Amino acid sequence: MAKTIEAIVAGVRSGEIDPVALVDQHLKLIEENEPSTNAFITVLADHARQKAGEIASRVAAGDPVGRLAGVPVAVKDNLCLRGAPTTCASRILEHWHPPYDATVLSRLLAEDAIIVGKTNMDEFAMGSSTEHSARGPTHNPRDMTRVPGGSSGGSAAAVAARFAQAALGSDTGGSIRQPAAFCGVVGLKPTYGLVSRYGLVAFASSLDQVGPLAGSVADAALLLEIIAGHDHMDSTSLDAPAPRLAGQAADSAEGLSIGIVRELSDGADPEVKRRLDEAAESLERAGARVESCSIPEVSYALPAYYLLAPAEASSNLARYDGVRYGLRVNAADTPTMNARTRSVGFGAEVKRRIMLGTYALRAGYYDAYYGQAQRVRTLLIRAFDAAYERYDALLSPTAPTTAFRLKERVEDPIAMYLSDVCTIPSNLAGHPAISVPFGTGEAGMPVGVQVMAPALAEAVMVRVATILEQAAP
Amino acid sequence: MIGSAQDPEQAPVSREEVEQVALLCRLEIDDGEARELAAQMSAVLSHAAALLSLDTSGVDPTAHPLPLVNVLRTDEVRESLAQGDVLSQAPDVEAGRFRVPPVRRRQPEEP
Amino acid sequence: MSAYGSERQRRREGGARDYEGFECVVGLEVHCELLTATKLFCGCKNAFGDEPNTNTCPVCLGLPGSLPVLNGHAVELAMRIGLALNCTVQPSIFHRKNYFYPDMPKDYQISQYDIPINTDGYLDLPSGARVGIVRAHIEEDTGKTTHSGGGGRIHDAMYSLVDYNRAGVPLVEIVSEPDIRSGEQAREYVSELRAVLVAVGASDGRMEEGSLRVDANVSVRRPGEPFGTRCEIKNLNSLRSLGRAVDYETRRQVDLLVSGGAVAQETRHWDEQAGHTVVMRSKEEAEDYRYFPEPDLVPLAPDAAWQERISRAMAPLPAGRRRALLDSVGAEGPAMVERVATVVAQDLDGYVMAAVDAGAPGALALSRAANELAAACAEDASLLDALEPGHFASLVAMEARGDLTATQAKAVLAEMLTSGEPPEAIASRKGFEALDPGSLRRAVEEVVAANSAEWERYKEGEAKMAQFFVGQVMKATRQKADGKAVMALLADLLRGSAGAP
Ligand SMILES: [Mg+2]
Ligand SMILES: [Zn+2]
Repeated sequence: MAKTIEAIVAGVRSGEIDPVALVDQHLKLIEENEPSTNAFITVLADHARQKAGEIASRVAAGDPVGRLAGVPVAVKDNLCLRGAPTTCASRILEHWHPPYDATVLSRLLAEDAIIVGKTNMDEFAMGSSTEHSARGPTHNPRDMTRVPGGSSGGSAAAVAARFAQAALGSDTGGSIRQPAAFCGVVGLKPTYGLVSRYGLVAFASSLDQVGPLAGSVADAALLLEIIAGHDHMDSTSLDAPAPRLAGQAADSAEGLSIGIVRELSDGADPEVKRRLDEAAESLERAGARVESCSIPEVSYALPAYYLLAPAEASSNLARYDGVRYGLRVNAADTPTMNARTRSVGFGAEVKRRIMLGTYALRAGYYDAYYGQAQRVRTLLIRAFDAAYERYDALLSPTAPTTAFRLKERVEDPIAMYLSDVCTIPSNLAGHPAISVPFGTGEAGMPVGVQVMAPALAEAVMVRVATILEQAAP
Repeated sequence: MIGSAQDPEQAPVSREEVEQVALLCRLEIDDGEARELAAQMSAVLSHAAALLSLDTSGVDPTAHPLPLVNVLRTDEVRESLAQGDVLSQAPDVEAGRFRVPPVRRRQPEEP
Repeated sequence: MSAYGSERQRRREGGARDYEGFECVVGLEVHCELLTATKLFCGCKNAFGDEPNTNTCPVCLGLPGSLPVLNGHAVELAMRIGLALNCTVQPSIFHRKNYFYPDMPKDYQISQYDIPINTDGYLDLPSGARVGIVRAHIEEDTGKTTHSGGGGRIHDAMYSLVDYNRAGVPLVEIVSEPDIRSGEQAREYVSELRAVLVAVGASDGRMEEGSLRVDANVSVRRPGEPFGTRCEIKNLNSLRSLGRAVDYETRRQVDLLVSGGAVAQETRHWDEQAGHTVVMRSKEEAEDYRYFPEPDLVPLAPDAAWQERISRAMAPLPAGRRRALLDSVGAEGPAMVERVATVVAQDLDGYVMAAVDAGAPGALALSRAANELAAACAEDASLLDALEPGHFASLVAMEARGDLTATQAKAVLAEMLTSGEPPEAIASRKGFEALDPGSLRRAVEEVVAANSAEWERYKEGEAKMAQFFVGQVMKATRQKADGKAVMALLADLLRGSAGAP
């Protein structure tokens, strides 16, 4: 069994683990397997070695080191890191170097984590397979012919391939949880507002959250603890202390009441459904009351999302206009230069969503499309609120299927969108959710079970997830 | 709920609309792309048909899943970026400023 | 119709000018840059005239990943403006206004749309007219584009350069009802609005630096008819431009209608040099701004306590100060009203009030403030720094008692402004002791006797000779004489000599 972050940090602090050797071990794995995996856009080998050296000498000098001392972490390439390119897997930002650090990265670095690289993703986080990347697709380490999921596919693959101990991703409609499920790792989307978005390149601002991907629930929980908490640079950051999640006992589910959302499991593959049933049984065995429940409003989440997220994205991505940074394709006047730059710089999926979002926001259409989706969002939140009066947590598959084959859905946007049907409701509600690996399905590919909880109930969610992790086949 | 059948009859997006929208969001698209986008956007909207016809009268829109109000900053000066760092990322620069082609659309040349 | 509708109707007619049976209808949008230390959403300096692109950061450059955080002081200033304009200050939200332009770093402007912070107010003008305020909302400014080549004009520029120092500077946009009826009234409105904005500490009022920018919506109609098609005029960066542009545009539209044409809805640009407006874009080219609620910001909810605190801390407004000054000097009539307006506009009412409180006559204090002090102020406002209100009061009292003539008082006042000394000291150093009536009469008689030829001409009715004698008497008395008293004595002598055999 792989070491936990806690064990690594203890080892580094005691001198048992040499952080330089640990980093080299990971960089060697990257060197060997990255060419076929393509999990990274940028590998920060020099930075990582240098940082590891610094930590080693601080340990040798008896100076204190942080809660992530020497832990190799990979971060999604939509998180700004000073001095490294941040491309969002887009041609339009190919050579952009942000002059500042994302708050979550400052927090990782302040705890002496070692950032080994920036991971591949669907362009601007728009996609569910990491095939919509200007740098080519990432392959699933469990089966190189399959997608790792997306859009944080590079982060999920990096953890699954042991290129890093853990990773950060971003989740707008399932972009952490779905790839975690496809690659057989843990992925956690926090409550909206719990983690700062400052320095996360925006896709859909009212839905985006940064979160961890890791080999275990405990590692994910520790990483969340470190990146969570109020940030004065983000107006939507909750003024609440970071939750205490690490080291929680989870030997029993006694007293917990858990609902399995029928609308999110009915459409799933039989093998995925079978795993979900097993997960439910294991929770029952641990003492929880588990029952099937119905929340019909979740059926509206996917269409609402495909109006809301593209609308916000169309505005967020307007700034890539060739004026201040990034790609410029010259033309005789600025409007033509803007349009030419954007047409060359953005990939097909990004263009599709910008078009859809612009369409939904036009004068005279706003109320029927964007406004209607916002009102349906209210209905969904009310339905969740009602459900959480009866249940401490809700259960569903993370995705209706296991990882599909590369190119299988890339030409069919609707089919691609469907793989986020189970994850999107939590983004619209702003609630936390986690995906835990629970056995395998078709062709031996990992299955993920999703635990959803009310806002700021990460502790309950992590407790349930830990029980599932222990019971997983 | 959501199948994969396309029903452009329900929410058809015309080529003209696609071209109009492309102009608004500054994308250059050719005929093929316009045709494809019209079909794909129609497909997405037809999937949303049930949502679009849902009775939501009296329901307030949710712009935001947060209960926050009055998040304010004190009016204190913080250090700005150095001019060099600002301009070093720019495609074209002159005299400390970002340089762009003429801001008004040039009319196509008369034949 | 609002509560003050009928009042407005009456006042409207008062401000209206007739253009061949048409009246012009003007609504103004005034963008006011707020006097904050930092920008609206980031900690960059809010300053004018710095090196380009030095007051910029990830937020105001719209760099990927950056997020806005609202400046609390900007919100307070916006609330002060709302309260000063008799608006309802209400909970509000921010929207994104989406359109592409290189001076807008995010290619959307964060502004307030259908739920602004201030709504439904009014502004009373010194002339008595009342102009309704539709809204006064918070938004961010854009950067500054300079057009190069082709003579710097936007239409034939070879390329343009962008400086983002101004991008993100806090603005309040004040939108008036279409209650204004002439170019002159438009100037009066902006002038009074500027005074209010300066009084509440929201603005430095410098139109020439762009602190206050005005767009005018102008249409014409026959009185009583529905509104005509309007044109929006941009680039009005002085009161003079505003007045001229409104008059020009009214003329243009009336001429169009009279000659059987129609007004097209369009945005026009005022060319100050050429003295006319030119079309910028037509209605068909109008943008679709795709407004939607700004997801990166949370709502503003100014509660009653917050409003109360701001309202209590607010300085008195120009209208109230004018009323108080008029009451205090006990003056009446249009000339006095104008002097009061000047004094308050130049922030000199404190001096007049202090003189009146010290027992000096109000009309005289008002006159010295509206003329001498205001002139000094216009030349160099810092001249007032040395002047103590108590000294000004003493000076007015001395003049009122006849210890100083008007000429002497002005001379003493001029020196008070530079030296800061009390008037008594200056007067005695200059040897300004009042002439007693007896010695003045003697001096006049001596001058008349010494200039008999000139006296004959004066007697023949050559009125301008009076000036000659006043000058001679002044010279003889080393400026101690009061010109008015000399004139009276001359008239007296003239009557006396006419009656002599
Ligand atoms: Mg505006
Ligand atoms: Zn800034």
